Amino acid sequence: MIAVVESIGRRTLAAFSALGHAAFFFMDLLRHVPGALRRFSLVIAQMHAIGYNSLVIITASGVAVGCVLALQMYYALVPYGASESLGLVVNLSLVRELGPVVTALLFAGRAGTALTAEIGLMKAGEQLSAMELMAVDPRSRVLAPRFLAGILSMPILAILYSAVGILGAWLVAVKLIGVDPGNFWSIMQARVDVFRDVGNGIVKSAVFGVICTAVALYQGYETQATPEGVAYATTRTVVFSSLSVLAMDFILTAWMFSTP
Amino acid sequence: MDVLDAVNAASSKEIGLVMAKKRTEILVGVFVLLGIFALVFLALRAANLSSFSTVKGYQVRARFDNIGGLKVRAPVRSAGVAVGHVVSIALDKNTYQGLVVMEINQGVSFPADSSAQILTSGLLGDQYVGIEPGADDKNLKAGDLIKQTQSAVVLEKLIGQMIFNKAADAGGGTSPAPAAPAPATTPAASGGASK
Repeated sequence: MIAVVESIGRRTLAAFSALGHAAFFFMDLLRHVPGALRRFSLVIAQMHAIGYNSLVIITASGVAVGCVLALQMYYALVPYGASESLGLVVNLSLVRELGPVVTALLFAGRAGTALTAEIGLMKAGEQLSAMELMAVDPRSRVLAPRFLAGILSMPILAILYSAVGILGAWLVAVKLIGVDPGNFWSIMQARVDVFRDVGNGIVKSAVFGVICTAVALYQGYETQATPEGVAYATTRTVVFSSLSVLAMDFILTAWMFSTP
Repeated sequence: MDVLDAVNAASSKEIGLVMAKKRTEILVGVFVLLGIFALVFLALRAANLSSFSTVKGYQVRARFDNIGGLKVRAPVRSAGVAVGHVVSIALDKNTYQGLVVMEINQGVSFPADSSAQILTSGLLGDQYVGIEPGADDKNLKAGDLIKQTQSAVVLEKLIGQMIFNKAADAGGGTSPAPAAPAPATTPAASGGASK
């Protein structure tokens, strides 16, 4: 009985101390961002690794989701004679939800794992300790540029995802099914608001960028310096970023789109 | 100039490094430009930024008994042509009517006795304000009130009225009910009824 209570207490304390640890790490990261701004070439190099190299998977996934969404929505809308609203439905679901969320999930898998593994191996190879010995702060030289690059890359990727998704939907709806192109675009333009829908989607993706990159960096920086430790940290990066993105998405949606 | 000096002074390995860095920067530039291009596409082609008019208009008000499902930013049309949009909707505390403020584009003017009505595009489409021009010599000015208004058609009320009328007909028609099937027996009468 005492043992059960003790184990509950131990787990709670461990969870809270881990949370506090992560919060301190995050504050540290934020403090080193201005330093990274001064050495912007490092950020650019990381944007190449994180953003540019994710382009293929993001655009491929965007086109595929747009096409499939258009096809399925067409079957759902045709019985109501509303197949012209196809573009609107696809546009809103991509710009508000699918664009930011799916991009963040893909980003966690494509770029987050790479960040964790890279930093974890730097730690395992004692490169980070070597930097500290040379009086170079690894947080400002290694972590902060990657953090900034992640935050900058994620909204660009999410916008691209939505844009190619809409183009994919256009391809299926107008070119394949034969929905009237004029109505396809004009209903979209009449009902999608730049600031409320597109703007909030960008805000969402920026928040997801902060979450995904911070989680990846934290897991890499705090990894056990062994092969198993790096493997474990990489797995945790994907699981943690995905779950927090989904939870955060619900909160942000409730906050942004609660009024019709 | 800087790059040239560096290239001249550097060994072949350093040239490789400079080229690699330049290549990275070009690719990131492409990445950012793609993002900007996608944003412009979303804003102009797939959202309503292009419909924001830069020309300011003037505001007129109208009171409606029932605004139905009219929303802020709904279009204001005359003869089907969009001439403005709804700015705000509020309940008039004195008359308990819906007070709708509309912005009409500059350059479009209507006679002062024009009437406003809330219409629906299509059977179940969005609602908009339609302006029917009057015949007055003077035109509507900023801040004017459109006096003649016609409320939105509320579908439930229409259906309710229809059911009520049906019931009234059925109630009144109990006595001639036996007469109703009578014309159907003669072919000439039924042909006349179908016309």
